[in-house]
Amino acid sequence: MAKLKIKKLCAEKEYPDLSQHSNHMAKVLTKDMYKTLREHSTPNGFAIDGFMQAGVYNLGHPFIMTVGCVAGDEETYEVFKELLDPVIEDRHGGYKPTDKHKTDLNPEHLKGGDDLDPNYVLSSRVRTGRSIRGFCLPPHCSRGERRGIEKLSIEALSALDGDLKGKYYALKNMTEQEQQQLIDDHFLFDKPVSPLLLASGMARDWPDARGIWHNDNKTFLVWINEEDHLRVISMQKGGNMREVFTRFCTGLTKIESLFKQKGHEFMWNEHLGYVLTCPSNLGTGLRGGVHVKLPNVSKHDKFGEILKRLRLQKRGTGGVDTAAVGGVFDISNADRLGFSEVELVQMVVDGVKLLVEMEKRLEKGQSIDDLMPAQK
Amino acid sequence: MASSFTRILSGRNTAMVLASVGAGTLASGYLLSDSVKEGVAAAERKKLYPPSADYPDLRKHNNCMASALTPAIYAHLRDKATPNDWTLDQCIQTGVDNPGHPFIKTVGMVAGDEESYEVFAEIFDPVIKDRHNGYDPKTMKHPTDLDSSKITSGMFDENYVLSSRVRTGRSIRGLSLPPACSRSERREVERVVVQALSGLKEDLTGRYYSLGEMTEEEQQRLIDDHFLFDKPVSPLLTCAGMARDWPDGRGIWHNNEKTFLIWINEEDHTRVISMEKGGNMKRVFERFCRGLLEVERLIKERGWEFMWNEHLGYILTCPSNLGTGLRAGVHVRLPNLSKDPRFPKILNNLRLQKRGTGGVDTAAVGDIFDISNNDRLGKSEVELVQLVIDGVNYLIDCEKKLEIGQDIKIPAPIPQFKK
Repeated sequence: MAKLKIKKLCAEKEYPDLSQHSNHMAKVLTKDMYKTLREHSTPNGFAIDGFMQAGVYNLGHPFIMTVGCVAGDEETYEVFKELLDPVIEDRHGGYKPTDKHKTDLNPEHLKGGDDLDPNYVLSSRVRTGRSIRGFCLPPHCSRGERRGIEKLSIEALSALDGDLKGKYYALKNMTEQEQQQLIDDHFLFDKPVSPLLLASGMARDWPDARGIWHNDNKTFLVWINEEDHLRVISMQKGGNMREVFTRFCTGLTKIESLFKQKGHEFMWNEHLGYVLTCPSNLGTGLRGGVHVKLPNVSKHDKFGEILKRLRLQKRGTGGVDTAAVGGVFDISNADRLGFSEVELVQMVVDGVKLLVEMEKRLEKGQSIDDLMPAQK
Repeated sequence: MASSFTRILSGRNTAMVLASVGAGTLASGYLLSDSVKEGVAAAERKKLYPPSADYPDLRKHNNCMASALTPAIYAHLRDKATPNDWTLDQCIQTGVDNPGHPFIKTVGMVAGDEESYEVFAEIFDPVIKDRHNGYDPKTMKHPTDLDSSKITSGMFDENYVLSSRVRTGRSIRGLSLPPACSRSERREVERVVVQALSGLKEDLTGRYYSLGEMTEEEQQRLIDDHFLFDKPVSPLLTCAGMARDWPDGRGIWHNNEKTFLIWINEEDHTRVISMEKGGNMKRVFERFCRGLLEVERLIKERGWEFMWNEHLGYILTCPSNLGTGLRAGVHVRLPNLSKDPRFPKILNNLRLQKRGTGGVDTAAVGDIFDISNNDRLGKSEVELVQLVIDGVNYLIDCEKKLEIGQDIKIPAPIPQFKK
């Protein structure tokens, strides 16, 4: 829970039973590490029990390694470094404590990406998250802070103009019509039901200070106070990922400068990049993806291997933990940290292009062996 | 800032001094200990976020906490904490997260330890008053009476009553309650109780099954016996933090005869249940009292005791269970009476409630109802069980009358507790 103070009871007796567990935190947390780490808390009073409850309460699955710990504030990543360094290394493809992360939000650096075949690529989307420095993160923030984040965000977003001009819908105030419209547009997020999120305390006080902002064109969307302070999403039908990414970068950069004008900045450092609630979203926090028809490729026995080499992952069209419907897959980058935003979207663009080519070959009954990619 | 402001006992005074001298920046805190840094940050936050900034939005809520928690009370209590560092925000989180239902008023807050009821009396007292028919903890005393020999007519007509059951809860003094307890405290509760239970003899001799360690066969058997409790899914419980670390420290103990059962570390430290098929409520209650008193004796031998005081009776996690914590009930067939439009009024006047046979929030199946006492606080265990016995006998009488076409009467309402 958010503010469970560590009692001065014997560390031996407090150590959690992680014998059945399969998540990154459980793999790494030894008794000795627990002993040391529980002596510390962040200046905001976030301590190890709140930090790891998501991973204690949820056993995880041997095939799907969840992270099992969350940040309550920016300082979490310093105070619990001893545990987070190996977790980050394991989760982010060998990223070392000494590595530096590059940020690149210049859409000019992307090559191509405007010509993915719309007969196959149904929609394109890029999302990331941002945290406002000085505020606690969703697992630990007070109602006052959460409302502060909402207020600041609304102020910043209301200053956007041109094709980014839009409107805010507070979750607790929206009318039935507004709610239905947002559901039909696939914009509405709801109270989390995943025990991974609930156990970390992110859903406290729902729906207070939660809301959705989107531009009039419905191509740029911001979620406020869900799993992160801000989730920023650029999306549109069809395969023009370049346009999606350009809007994404322009929008993000504008929002950042609007926040700066008010004396606030995003949580960022040169080792971890953008700091978010879940360690899996560090670095770019970026997931760039498409909904793409791959009924033949997806049945190929090398599908998994191809995705792995392209550094891509598949999901169902309902998002994480859903199944693919009608041969349509959500294909996105697997990495978040250690590659820049441009590099990750480039991987998606190049990878999806290749997958569509493979799909066309298999449709005609031709082989795809010569198209097999090397490991990126 | 943290979800609630806690005092760091060691660093508090230092922190306040530093804060008043204007040492606000944490950059200068490099040389300070964690607790001092925390104290400084907390002081800054207090200035930035007065209680009004944190006051929850309860306009859509229907629970006792939301009815009673004014901005003034919140402001007064927000920065307080119990000796275990449990705060008001933590008490009320479940009521903030669960607005409730217009027809069903839940309590909306929990205690994290025995001291919660004292430190946050300003909000607990009106909530208790609301939930327990005007009972005033400041002025009234709660009677405890576990002398089962006082019960009369405790044998029901088994053509109607299929089973009888009495349950309560007990908390171990000195250890935090399920919303707040640490893993080692929870394990300590388990250890203390299991040790005491192993001292029970004769018809109470039994065995403990730890939730985390039971075999598949044991689990299936416990399910078949309707004994097994599972990880709570109700958001009322999960939002209060009671399910943390599941299933660590949780388990079920029952006697070999399967008539006396103890749940460990579910919503309370212990839930104690006496039950059997048929209508011998007197025997169920006799076993209940005997078992409870024996367990109490066994924990006292080792220097422990139950949480209890003369105003609130037995202290449990949810204020709705204060006093006796007792729910005595039967599964009873009432095919005719349940269809009579006077049924709810009859129950109400007898101070009884109906539930489905799956327990709270379930529907009745095949005209069989779970009928039990409404009240928990202000009447003793003996009084409440007698009330159930008399009430159920009345209901059976009504049922028999309706069967042969005779008319029934709504009984006079039973008075509340004596002042």
